[in-house]
Amino acid sequence: MIAEAGLAALWLAAALAILQLFLAFGPRQIRALAAGPVRLIAVVEGLLTVFAMAMLMWLFERTDLSVLLVAENSHSAKPWLYKVAGAWGNHEGSMLLWVTILGLAGAALAIFSRRLDAKTLMAALGAQGALALGFFAFLLLSSNPFARLNPPAFEGRGLNPLLQDPGLVLHPPTLYVGYVGLSVAFSLAVGALITGRVDSALAKAMRPWVLGAWIMLTLGITAGSYWAYYELGWGGWWFWDPVENASLMPWLAATALLHSINVLAARDSLRAWTVMLAMVAFSMSMVGTFLVRSGVLTSVHAFAVDPKRGTFLLALLAIYVGAAFALFALRSGKLSEGPKFELVSREAALVGNNLLLTVILGIVFIGTLYPLFVEAVTGAKLSVGAPYFNAVAGPLALLLALLVCVGPLLNWKAGTGDRLKRLAIPALVGATVLLIAIFVMPGEGVLSKAALGIAATLAIAAFLPLAGRKLRRTPLSTWGMVVAHFGIAVALAGMAASTTLTKELLTAVQPGERVQVGPWLIEFESVTPTAGPNWTALEAELRASRGDGVSVLKPQARYYTSPPTETTESAIKTVFSGQLYTVLGKPAEDGRWQLRLWWKPLVTLIWLGGALIALGGALALGGRAWRGWRRERER
Amino acid sequence: MKTLRFVPVALVGLIVVALVWRLANPPDTDVQSAMVGKPVPAFATPAALPGKVSLSSADLADGRPKLVNFFASWCVPCVGEAPVLTMLKQQGVHIVGMAVRDRPEDLRQFLSDNGDPFDRIGSDPESRVQLAFGSAGVPETFIVDGRGIIVRQHIGPIVADDVPALVRAVKEAQ
Repeated sequence: MIAEAGLAALWLAAALAILQLFLAFGPRQIRALAAGPVRLIAVVEGLLTVFAMAMLMWLFERTDLSVLLVAENSHSAKPWLYKVAGAWGNHEGSMLLWVTILGLAGAALAIFSRRLDAKTLMAALGAQGALALGFFAFLLLSSNPFARLNPPAFEGRGLNPLLQDPGLVLHPPTLYVGYVGLSVAFSLAVGALITGRVDSALAKAMRPWVLGAWIMLTLGITAGSYWAYYELGWGGWWFWDPVENASLMPWLAATALLHSINVLAARDSLRAWTVMLAMVAFSMSMVGTFLVRSGVLTSVHAFAVDPKRGTFLLALLAIYVGAAFALFALRSGKLSEGPKFELVSREAALVGNNLLLTVILGIVFIGTLYPLFVEAVTGAKLSVGAPYFNAVAGPLALLLALLVCVGPLLNWKAGTGDRLKRLAIPALVGATVLLIAIFVMPGEGVLSKAALGIAATLAIAAFLPLAGRKLRRTPLSTWGMVVAHFGIAVALAGMAASTTLTKELLTAVQPGERVQVGPWLIEFESVTPTAGPNWTALEAELRASRGDGVSVLKPQARYYTSPPTETTESAIKTVFSGQLYTVLGKPAEDGRWQLRLWWKPLVTLIWLGGALIALGGALALGGRAWRGWRRERER
Repeated sequence: MKTLRFVPVALVGLIVVALVWRLANPPDTDVQSAMVGKPVPAFATPAALPGKVSLSSADLADGRPKLVNFFASWCVPCVGEAPVLTMLKQQGVHIVGMAVRDRPEDLRQFLSDNGDPFDRIGSDPESRVQLAFGSAGVPETFIVDGRGIIVRQHIGPIVADDVPALVRAVKEAQ
């Protein structure tokens, strides 16, 4: 009955989405009466999707093997947490999660966006209903998570053991909230294009959604990067894998949108551009979902491929994105340009930010889809990897980091550039670091050495907007900007340092032998068998020392039983100045074992930086929410 | 200016067309041999078993198209493939085999357990012929036409579903 209840909730929600669409875009007389009902419908729809998701999680928790999805993806021997998280560790479940978040976003839009004018909100809710309807149809017609299996299976078929990790529990939901949160910005942009009211009120209504989605995307990407780093055992933190790019592209668009929204909110400029970006951002989310779920691109993220599903998703993508861009083409001409600004001004700096981010987005997009285009036209197969992305996007990203130093110091409308003098000290520090990096530091890589210098400059310059202000009276949103920009400097330093300074050693050793990697002396003690709830493993014991104190690391080669799979569990020792990363490889015939060892200085800064960027976003969001709440109370 | 605003719509259209093409032609992750379309590399191998006929590149240009099957007694998928090869032979396809890194006694056992659809079996103890064909593993099968030119490569075991297409391809290679 649980499965049937969940399925019924989905059908009901789909029916409500049709009603919502009809009320919002129906005849004028209906629209006049429908403002209240449409909001109510959006809320009920959201609750129904949450109910359906809860039913699926319950089925996984009980390991109900009469449900096809559970039988294929779960196992009674799995730890409890992974049973529940397994609900979204597969295609159908993750799409249900996607739809649930879409439903929740629609409900939240209906509840919280009361200050937006009623017509735009109505049109936005209609657009949200249209989005929801398409994805409900996708779930119900081609990816039903509640399909029964008759007769029930005796035992489940397990779960990809790589995914049996705390990262799995949080990574997909976080990214999905980010992906789908952008749908609200999309719907608001569509609504505003329909009513023609693109102004600072729209920007203020859109901002919390973009900010919230952007925070989650930042966290999701950061966590995903760390997960790949310690779980895949390759020692890398970003692979320019198509699926990684699929999450990076919405983030780049959302970052640009976040900045252009501020221009629209504060100065009423960049109207058409902001609306365009809002549509591009969610389009990138849909492109990302399509690329991941259709399996059209070869990737380390192996997901089941079903051409029917791919076609369905592509049709949805073409309809929504095509319709939105066509609407833009037809209606954006009616938008007036908004106030003008000087070349040296906050607006101009933010336009620079937007241009650079958009070009980087274009570079990633082209790099991800280029192999497909080439094969379609010439039949030749090729792959685009890190050399292209790093060489083409890298310098632009550094230019952007330099612009981040300057932009916040300029005034709106027409900056005098007076405050730019404050950049003298950070520039001096940055230049010194750059010189040291080039002439003293070992290792190759002009780009990463330049990045070190720029990171040093930005680390100081990020705080300059606070200079001369009373710190306790500075709005939280300004603090948020400062923290996020400082986070960029921190992440950049981590990326650059770990790229140039990493020491790597691949060796075969016998128990008792010692090897040196970077400053670490590592003694290979032993290899012993060990076991967990549904795996067995060979576990090495390494004693790592660096001057004083010895730490024990235990990398494993794991064998999961259902399905039979081998994985490597790296063991990582984190110290203040970096990480020692160890992986146990295969045994050689003469009793020696392969070991892969890395010393990665400052690598943790990458994820610390990512966390700081997200924290900055959270401060800005919290600050604005707090101010809005206080203003409401004063009224 | 006005037409410029339709550029994004056109771009979306272009991308959708490319993705539709991709969905219709799913990516082939196998790396195809560069030898497809070229004459077989010159080789001469001894018979893998006493009593079997040996195999050389000259034997592959005798006017009859055939399958060249790289297999081994130690290869588990080859066991699964064996009945399908027998099926192909029954449909009139000529098959020659190349035993890769194999031992005569193991090979004899393999053939008596799983059937022997091969007209000839060469022995490739160091994978040299296999590498010259541009093959990376076993089982792999090449279609060679009557003039000794490689027309097609099949990576992995041949399954029953592949049979009609392979029979057709061999007929076309005449």
